[in-house]
Amino acid sequence: MSGRRRLPLAWIVTLPFFAYTLLFMFLPAGSVLIGAFEGKTHGYTISNVTTLFHHPYIDAFKTSIEISGTTALIGGAVGLAVAYAAIREGTPRWVRSALTTFSGVAANFGGIPLAFAFISTLGPLGIITVFGRSHGWDPTAHGFSLFSKTGVELAYMYFQLPLMILVISPAIDGLRKEWREASSNLGASQLQFWRYVGVPVLMPSLLGAIILLFGNAFAAYATAYSLTAGTVNIVPILIGAYYSGNVLNNPHLAQAMAFGMFAVLAVMMVFYIPLQRRAARWAK
Amino acid sequence: MAYLELQNLHRDFGTNKALDGIEIQLGEGEFLSLLGPSGCGKTTALRLVAGFDRPDQGRIVVDGKDVTRVAPNKRDMGMVFQAYSLFPNMTAHQNVEFGLRIRGKDRADRRKRVDDLLELVGLGHAGTRYPHQLSGGMQQRVALARALAIEPRVLLLDEPLSALDAKVRVQLREEIRRIQLELGITTLYVTHDQEEALSVSDHVAVMYRGRIEQMGSPAEMYTAPATPFVAEFIGTMNRIEATVVDPSTGTIETGGVTLTVEAARGKARGDRVLVLIRPETVEVAAANGAGANTMTGEVLTHTFLGPVTRLKIVSGQSSLIADMPTARAAALPPGSKVDAALPATEARLLDLKDDEALPQITEEPGPAGP
Amino acid sequence: MRPTRRIAPTAVIWLLIAFGYFFIPLIATFLFSLKSNQTGHCCTAANYSWVVHSSAFWHTLKISFLLAIETIVISLALFVPTIYWVHLRVPKLRPVIAFLALIPFVIPPIVMVVGLLQFFKGTPSWFYAQPWGFLAGAYVILAFPYMFFSLDAGFRSIDVHTLTEASQSLGARWGTTLVKVILPNIRSAALAGSFLTLAIVMGEFTIANLSAFNTFPIFIQYVNESQGFPAASLTLMSFAITWAAMLSLLVVGRKRGQRAAIVAGAR
Repeated sequence: MSGRRRLPLAWIVTLPFFAYTLLFMFLPAGSVLIGAFEGKTHGYTISNVTTLFHHPYIDAFKTSIEISGTTALIGGAVGLAVAYAAIREGTPRWVRSALTTFSGVAANFGGIPLAFAFISTLGPLGIITVFGRSHGWDPTAHGFSLFSKTGVELAYMYFQLPLMILVISPAIDGLRKEWREASSNLGASQLQFWRYVGVPVLMPSLLGAIILLFGNAFAAYATAYSLTAGTVNIVPILIGAYYSGNVLNNPHLAQAMAFGMFAVLAVMMVFYIPLQRRAARWAK
Repeated sequence: MAYLELQNLHRDFGTNKALDGIEIQLGEGEFLSLLGPSGCGKTTALRLVAGFDRPDQGRIVVDGKDVTRVAPNKRDMGMVFQAYSLFPNMTAHQNVEFGLRIRGKDRADRRKRVDDLLELVGLGHAGTRYPHQLSGGMQQRVALARALAIEPRVLLLDEPLSALDAKVRVQLREEIRRIQLELGITTLYVTHDQEEALSVSDHVAVMYRGRIEQMGSPAEMYTAPATPFVAEFIGTMNRIEATVVDPSTGTIETGGVTLTVEAARGKARGDRVLVLIRPETVEVAAANGAGANTMTGEVLTHTFLGPVTRLKIVSGQSSLIADMPTARAAALPPGSKVDAALPATEARLLDLKDDEALPQITEEPGPAGP
Repeated sequence: MRPTRRIAPTAVIWLLIAFGYFFIPLIATFLFSLKSNQTGHCCTAANYSWVVHSSAFWHTLKISFLLAIETIVISLALFVPTIYWVHLRVPKLRPVIAFLALIPFVIPPIVMVVGLLQFFKGTPSWFYAQPWGFLAGAYVILAFPYMFFSLDAGFRSIDVHTLTEASQSLGARWGTTLVKVILPNIRSAALAGSFLTLAIVMGEFTIANLSAFNTFPIFIQYVNESQGFPAASLTLMSFAITWAAMLSLLVVGRKRGQRAAIVAGAR
């Protein structure tokens, strides 16, 4: 059997997959890229992309990045603490499996239902709001609104936190008991262990998880859409509004914004990759 | 006066008595091995000394001070773990330096001391490597240097060689002993490998079911085991159940054969005893139907052990193991009829209580992979 | 044999925070769902009965469910032979396919739908204007990472070479081998991928909304905007669907302790 004759045959079976990927992924992605640089009537232009640097687009990008960054960092930190609390010695085993199962559900529980769950909780008539009001502490009187940026961030935390728990747990498992004991044996306190060993060892996974959380929040559309009905201007909502044509029928501007989202993610990677390399230089 | 004392240590895990009253006194600069099968409590004892766990009862005293309630990071005990204990994010140099950094030693002193220690463990060239770039043996050398860096009051070693290849194991255990003698550091060494324990220690304590069965010098442990368990655990031993026939002459009887054993003098007639005989003390010769203290049987198998060959001999119901020089063993191939002469003076005797079951010894599994 | 340690106080605090954050919104939604839509008082099952008697509920639920099934069938048909073949004959291709399968995880759905709408504009209406065409096509892409990693884990856990050779040495053809020998062995992996896909399709809002198809999540949003309290009962039902899919995933995945990539999808 000659390798030369078998190779093309071997590829044929994978052809449908590659064809599908091309048709539904690469060509549409290409059309976004090209569309972003197309003029309204004809020819190519960069005006769509330069428009992004003006109001309201630049504000939408700022809001999107702020929301994603905030929820990634806070969700990441809290998720790490919760995952560690569930895994560390002393915590019963069932806590961990219950948490993992629940996180699997909660991480997938986004969008419209999530928005409503938060309206029931922290909305103007929400359980906590009403409870607080009847006990003399009205959150809305202190400037809180669920339909604001802070509200969106609180709701996003509902899927960011469990995602962090799912992603970081395997890395926490990788922290050996011997390292903690050795550091304690050599005179280090708990805090010193985390500073010199725990956090540095987790750092590559932490960076990866934070990036994932950032991308997760950056892409989110449904929750904010349902929660704020457009009062909080984030990029996906702006794209949706423009593309569906009820504001201004300029698909090229929407494509330029989509291109802008790509660009933001690409810039994140530019920061992420060297950081990751630095954090993981001790590993293989 | 003893430098390290373990006084009446008890530790239960649920219903399991991991430690059931341990007493140890160790002089300064001495090397004690805790030897025993898995689950015997030896590691628990070590972890109590390190402070990773607290005893339910009893005290740990170092240099006259009670440290039982002292936190592990305030004890100044250097510990070497079984494996994979090096901090993966630090080079060999940084690992060794860790304890000194925590203690706020200044940079130049740290550097000098770390270099000296790496030199001492033979890794002067490997300071800049990360743990995953070091072999298992090298990792354990770094771990040893790291434990020694803080000038610990006691050095604790928890099966430090069990994850290594046989050859590295032998080499490294000799080095551990050399360094220990050089620094004169009081050392507690946990192992399940009797050869390892006997070859490097000043004292050996054999543990079984949370108790110390016997403690003594390696030679004592080998030649004069105090309990059936120790006899079985240390070295290879023939164990023959017998009944005392005539205490005045030291005659005992087993499976229709009468033997004379010095140690049986003074026992009571009808006592059940366990006769312990090292294989190298058994004299084997081609059968000629004569000789006192002799069991006659047939050679079943030969096991080649290098300079000696181990013969398994069956005689009626019982079987016997005898070691003889390889050169002479060839004359007695499997199937030969032989006489096995048992030494009257070197055989040891243990009382066998009626209800006492002989201990079963299980192989200790090595540590799990990474 | 390890020391029986007590749970650390800080661990209790963090776990309580997580517990509260996870469950208070659900409890609040539940309490909301019991309130009367007319009076705003507790307690009534009217909201549930409103949902169950709504024809739009059943209609959109059916569309979303059938869409999920279609997505699952297409992705299995696409991935099973490909991954099987890659494991058997062209292992070099595995990283390439893994990379391609991961891309949809990184691309925001909003970007994806913009591209798809633009690219397929002008295609026949039986495709472009039907959920079974355009939307299913997009959802297969969304399902890529979940299907690939579930199936890939499944194929890695069995010895594809030995099974195939054994089957062929007994005279089976390729098709027979795949259907009769390989499929039964990766069944739980395929089920795991399918349940994840189900959960994602049943909750997907972005693409359906922008391409104007009337699916279950669109219905939920419509009720959200128009009816206060019945939306609460719908929210709980939607949550229950996600739960059911995830629990089924755990049940099928438990056998081999295979932990599939259960990460965010319905954003």
